[in-house]
Amino acid sequence: MIHVALVREPIDITRLIGRVASHQIGAIAAFLGTVRDVNEGRPVTGIEYSAYEEMAERELLAIAGEASRHSDVPCAVAIEHRLGELSLGDVSVAIVVSHPHRAAALHGCQYVIEELKVRVPIWKREHYADGTRAWVDNRGTHVTSEVIG
Amino acid sequence: MRVALHLFASYADALGTRSLDVSLPDNAIVRDALEYVRALPGAQSLPPQPLVAVNAEYAPLDRPLKQGDEVALIPPVAGG
Repeated sequence: MIHVALVREPIDITRLIGRVASHQIGAIAAFLGTVRDVNEGRPVTGIEYSAYEEMAERELLAIAGEASRHSDVPCAVAIEHRLGELSLGDVSVAIVVSHPHRAAALHGCQYVIEELKVRVPIWKREHYADGTRAWVDNRGTHVTSEVIG
Repeated sequence: MRVALHLFASYADALGTRSLDVSLPDNAIVRDALEYVRALPGAQSLPPQPLVAVNAEYAPLDRPLKQGDEVALIPPVAGG
């Protein structure tokens, strides 16, 4: 079972867990990414996510497939990523992986988030307390910044 | 040939547009599309070798293009 989606509404974690649950599994590992109030020392008030949606969905599917095939018994993998304007504490990404045994579920979950962060064409623009905003990449680097007029 | 060029996030801001209809020689490769973009106003802030996708898949610079391809410049990603 593989499910991936880019969503504009809050992610329903319980529903996502339901997608990977079955009587054959003994472990469900979940990872949630949330919007933090500071980055590189700058107070953050919110994040805006955008994507090359067609490609992001393809990459998410590929990553989910790779994670699923890591062990002898395939994992079930569900991934949802938010797009649009998010507030502090909002869940930006949810990854749920199930398997008969915990080691494979935990490994699958970590694999998905690490690959997602380097391959999936999703971008974020941070909004700061001082009224400025900047595109940020996953090394924490400010790609560009601007003052909102 | 004509290809559709897509820009996102910081690259779209730098060039002031999200998509362009571009005319290239019939034997063009990805590098030629990149050279076209580099000559546009605002392209100075792009890195020397941005990632490129063709038809929603990462593609090398020497990949041949064909009529109607969707070429996208992929800024440093930031999902998660």
